[in-house]
Amino acid sequence: MSAPRMPDETGVPEPFQYMHPTMKENYGKWAWHDRPRPGVLHHVAQSGDEIWTVKFGTQRQMDTATITKICDIADEFADGFFRFTMRSNVEMMVADQSKVDPLIAKLGEEGFPVGGTGNSVSMISHTQGWLHCDIPGTDASGVVKAMMDLLHEDFIKEDMPNRVHITTSCCQINCGGQGDIAINIQHTKPPKINHELVANACERPTVVARCPVAAIRPAMVDGRPSLEVDEKKCICCGACFPPCPPMQINDSEHSKLAIWIGGNHSNARSKPSFQKLVAAGIPNNPPRWPEAGSIVKKILATYKEDAKGWERINDWVERIGWPRFFELTGLPFTKYHVDNWRGARHSLNSSTHIRF
Amino acid sequence: MGKEMHPTPMLDQLEDGPWPSFITGIKRLAKKNDMMVDLLGQLEHSYETRKGYWKGGTVGVIGYGGGVIPRFSEIASAFPESKEFHTIRIQPPAGMHYDSAVMRKLCDVWDEFGSGLIAFHGQSGDIMFQGITSDNVQPAFDVINEMGFDMGGAGPAVRTGMSCVGSARCEQSCCDEQEILRSLVNNFLDDMHRPALPYKMKFKVSGCPNDCMNAIERADFAVIGTWRDDIKVDQDAIKAFIADKGRDYVANNVISRCPTNAIALNEDDTVTIENRNCVRCMHCINVMTKGLSVGDDTGITILIGGKRTLKIGDLMGTVVVPFMKVDTEEGIEKVVELAEEVIDFFAENALEHERTGEMIERIGLVNFLEGVGVDVDPNMVAEPRQSSYFRGDGWDEAAKEWYANKAERAS
Repeated sequence: MSAPRMPDETGVPEPFQYMHPTMKENYGKWAWHDRPRPGVLHHVAQSGDEIWTVKFGTQRQMDTATITKICDIADEFADGFFRFTMRSNVEMMVADQSKVDPLIAKLGEEGFPVGGTGNSVSMISHTQGWLHCDIPGTDASGVVKAMMDLLHEDFIKEDMPNRVHITTSCCQINCGGQGDIAINIQHTKPPKINHELVANACERPTVVARCPVAAIRPAMVDGRPSLEVDEKKCICCGACFPPCPPMQINDSEHSKLAIWIGGNHSNARSKPSFQKLVAAGIPNNPPRWPEAGSIVKKILATYKEDAKGWERINDWVERIGWPRFFELTGLPFTKYHVDNWRGARHSLNSSTHIRF
Repeated sequence: MGKEMHPTPMLDQLEDGPWPSFITGIKRLAKKNDMMVDLLGQLEHSYETRKGYWKGGTVGVIGYGGGVIPRFSEIASAFPESKEFHTIRIQPPAGMHYDSAVMRKLCDVWDEFGSGLIAFHGQSGDIMFQGITSDNVQPAFDVINEMGFDMGGAGPAVRTGMSCVGSARCEQSCCDEQEILRSLVNNFLDDMHRPALPYKMKFKVSGCPNDCMNAIERADFAVIGTWRDDIKVDQDAIKAFIADKGRDYVANNVISRCPTNAIALNEDDTVTIENRNCVRCMHCINVMTKGLSVGDDTGITILIGGKRTLKIGDLMGTVVVPFMKVDTEEGIEKVVELAEEVIDFFAENALEHERTGEMIERIGLVNFLEGVGVDVDPNMVAEPRQSSYFRGDGWDEAAKEWYANKAERAS
């Protein structure tokens, strides 16, 4: 028997072999850019070379026919080169301005939305969901498809006050990350434990250690080693579920969606910020999640109407104050909005700064 | 092949609307691959019952301890063709550049061995080749690996990293993002492919403080390009911008938005910048893309400890290196050396399943800094300590050290 093939441990591939020649030649030597129209960036190098980038949205989970179609379009218009952004948009670069409009027309014919630049709502960055995750409370691709259908106009235009990044996460670990708007699963009931399976499926000390609020302890149940949850302490986060699947946290009725706003990764104007809870208890309602969609639309419409130019959602709420945010959006303010996690007192108002 | 489709009334509703539909794509694949017929059936069942039905397991390739995400169906009796539906994580080229030739080859591999469904890209930055049987994982990986692509990270390991488009197309780039990313990740491939760290360790590189990679909020080790000389001003371009947009627009959208009031608009439609008080936030440069640009004395800031919610809540990275030059091989080597210190300290001191940021929260920043051999700096804090409950009997030595270090830096 021949020796098995060992992997070539080559790491991150060198990108120049796949880079558009104009980008390669002007690497590190760009001078300025502008945006001639939504979906198009125009960069000028110190050498005077120019490149136009046409950006378009995808479904992220792509079948090979869709990818091949993108390759065909790249071969026809963009010398065969393209790149992806971290929000799963494709950027096709052309060094000849006359190719921009035909490329946009072709993308339109093939059903790819051109946009996502400047002050638009870009593609939602998301997780795996029911399609592939082992611990999902909802789907990801489906939520995103439903939302992006609603937000299509906001993607192809640049008429938001500043850019809007939306994320979704199918559990409270929040792999989708921080967003101007985040649509995330929020469990509302403690895990239901299948005591017959715990002893064989779970390393109990690991599960006890995983709980953020020390609500889990080892216990004998019906003569079997298992775990029990102090349901008064439990915050229903689901952290015990990945290391111990018999602690079933996902529930078809009680796993809800929550919406958070004001996460901003950029250092522009203010320091980076984390998202804050604005709405919870929203039904996890496939296939189109209309209740979550209407709240997102309402928040975006209010932001668009009320924010000043270049204010991101966090900048806008910082200026108008949270009471006004809840007033303008009509969302209820509840006891659940008041943080009680570690360091939470810093989020309380210790001043007389109150808008009447 | 040719298995009859399951009825999918809920998923069918995701084929309408203007956004590209992943369901339409999966249906296309189902015509030639029975795995995708049953995958659609299981997904429809998830939509009906609002539950997921995948469980993990152990699947890998020879020579590596991670990188394949095993998925076995819990309802394989109803959907047998997709009972094994694993993902192979593959690291993309830095900056996620592709040409059509390599992309067509990747598609051919996945049509031959897998489902034909590929995600560009996962949240860590991997190409996610989704849907393959256990038996096909090794031959599929062998072909992908021979094309020059390597496995990504999973589990308690160095993970696949990300860098922005940066120098390839962005004038705001302050460093060679792809070179830094490749130097970092490729130095730790053993820690990526043989998971033995307390928990995950992520590198992300953004070329400027706009941080398009969300590095500060998501990476254990965030590298952000910056500069320490003056913002470059093209006063003619500023005048042209004002002529186009008007003085009010500039006053309201640029001048008054500066977080440290460091930019002023002059009578003659030029601007004056107090560079000593500029915090390199990028706002004015983002708005006036031709008139203003980053300086020439570029380098990086390094922030350590960003992560998502598990277990103690979301944490941002903390400044550990306010500025360092990286425009030479030695400069980049120093970044890699710091990363080695950080990973060694993390491996030694973090608890199981604890991220770097959580470890710092538990032991305090100063213990971490002493562990990795970095001196304290006022740029590391938003403000000094408020609580008087501290033990300060080493104060005199600490102050002496501060002055000595200051003198050394000055010389």
